[in-house]
Amino acid sequence: MKNEFEIIDHTADVGIAAYGVDLKEAFANAARGMFSLMVDLDSVGDTVHRAVEVRADNREDLLVAWLNELIYLCEVENVLFSRFEVNELTDRKLGAICFGEKIDPKRHQMKIGVKATTYHKVRVEEGKGGCRVQVLFDI
Amino acid sequence: MARSGILKKIDDYRWEIPQSYKAGMRVPGLIYADEEMLGHIEKEEAMEQVANVAFLPGIVFRSLAMPDIHWGYGFPIGGVAATKVSDGVISPGGVGFDINCGVRLLRTNLDEGEVRPKIEELVNSLYSNVPSGVGSEGKLRLKEQEINKVLVEGARWAVERGYGEARDLKVTEENGSMRGADPRQVSVKAKQRGGPQLGTLGAGNHFLEVDVVEEIYEPKTASTMGIDRQGQVMLLIHTGSRGFGHQVCDDYVRSMGQTVVKYDIKLPDRQLACAPVKSPEGQDYFAAMACAANYAWANRQCIAHWVRESFRQVFGQSRRELGMEMIYDVAHNIAKMEEYEIQGKKLALCIHRKGATRAFPAGHPAVPDIYKDIGQPVLIPGDMGRYSYVLVGTDRAMQDTFGSTCHGAGRMQSRSAAKRALRGSDVARRLAARGITVRAGSMASLAEEASEAYKDVAKVVEITHRAGISRKVAKLRPIGVVKG
Repeated sequence: MKNEFEIIDHTADVGIAAYGVDLKEAFANAARGMFSLMVDLDSVGDTVHRAVEVRADNREDLLVAWLNELIYLCEVENVLFSRFEVNELTDRKLGAICFGEKIDPKRHQMKIGVKATTYHKVRVEEGKGGCRVQVLFDI
Repeated sequence: MARSGILKKIDDYRWEIPQSYKAGMRVPGLIYADEEMLGHIEKEEAMEQVANVAFLPGIVFRSLAMPDIHWGYGFPIGGVAATKVSDGVISPGGVGFDINCGVRLLRTNLDEGEVRPKIEELVNSLYSNVPSGVGSEGKLRLKEQEINKVLVEGARWAVERGYGEARDLKVTEENGSMRGADPRQVSVKAKQRGGPQLGTLGAGNHFLEVDVVEEIYEPKTASTMGIDRQGQVMLLIHTGSRGFGHQVCDDYVRSMGQTVVKYDIKLPDRQLACAPVKSPEGQDYFAAMACAANYAWANRQCIAHWVRESFRQVFGQSRRELGMEMIYDVAHNIAKMEEYEIQGKKLALCIHRKGATRAFPAGHPAVPDIYKDIGQPVLIPGDMGRYSYVLVGTDRAMQDTFGSTCHGAGRMQSRSAAKRALRGSDVARRLAARGITVRAGSMASLAEEASEAYKDVAKVVEITHRAGISRKVAKLRPIGVVKG
């Protein structure tokens, strides 16, 4: 099994490739990958949870919408997430429970701010040996 | 020299991507660069992206790239695209996530000799007066009704509440308040993100910089702007519309995924999603984008006020003694409706400037009265270790680049490559050795923004100067930097 995710280098910005035995896991790992850019994931507990539901026209758009929903939640609720349970995933709908905690500047050393997830070079690949998804962020 | 067999050399600073390069290009591409920079541009996908922008329906003349071009997502950063209002498109990706990211420059009467002994105190005061950093929240915390006013009135909202002076508006692009803004076209989510963040710097490449005038190229032009002598201290603000603009862009790139199907628009990249300028979808985006642009002008207006307060506190001088007038404020991520003459015909065009700055010449009606004889000031932030520039717009820019020029240094190293090469603490030490005091919220962000990650802004500016699309007026050297 490959790593949960890896960072993709891009001149202006940064991307994530995430893996999973199925797409649910790959989508969850993409979210972990994104938050790992913002903060050390090990420093984030799981005292807070939020249910998230997003819809889109296809799987690629759904991946972007999912990650952008998390950026939005992080910003308006000041919450960092570190664990994701994707319960429902079709081509057009995702349902998940996200675990994390309120940002505490004393314990959470913030790294970079992720402005948004882009559609540029977005990939959702499902294979026999597992799944791989990829996105680039504007940071 | 036939670079990779694709680019056609026009002159020393202009290279064409022929329309035949990719089936679907409606016009050729045109890159402003010298031989040396071209090598770097070719290594990236930026060139491919210049070609992709040429697919946009209604694009006229060329898909343009300024010398600070680098690989973006969809549009390259440093791109300029003009589309016909009558039957062309508007693309949120052609503006970018940080709508009206821009630069504001204030002058002072102070000299380097007066500021140096207090630079530590000044930088600390700026750091505490202007909230910054990832997810930073401001002192204003607006409720929805008040946000709606900001979105329509822009910098004027701030001035009317005591943040700054009426004169500031006269030297702000669009007078700090773009027409056509309609808060009803903005999502609740964007307003939720924007509410707590007005009056904050943010993180990433945004900063406050205490500069010293290093060199003056056109003394008369410079003095019209209040740039009088070498060693004079200036203050540069670089920030945008924060989470508000990011959400507006995200909302519309998402919804325009369907719009391109509805209007049967074929694009090589989903991130280029667009809508006809005149369609309801295109008009809604423009109204929302104008809201974000106004938010950003209000943001820089509030920050300028706190910056002036910091100077007053640290130097114990009055506003008048300090002479802290604004020189100008430019947007470098924006779409504007402007008129140009193409082959003898006047055309209403939608000018997308993504990482490009408006550069209007002397006499242009949109240039403030005090600058009507010199042209519009163009502000080019460099990077932390090197220089920033003040330029001025030209007639040539009106003919060649839809009144546009470069916007900054342009990255050439990825952020993680920069971080691997240098630790934040090393960057701070090296800057200190060069006489630059830095205060940063995060050492990681400091390493990402190290000078080595950028093209040399002096080279970028030199190309625009020699190509005639803007002229050098003054060079500024940083002595203090505040970063998120």
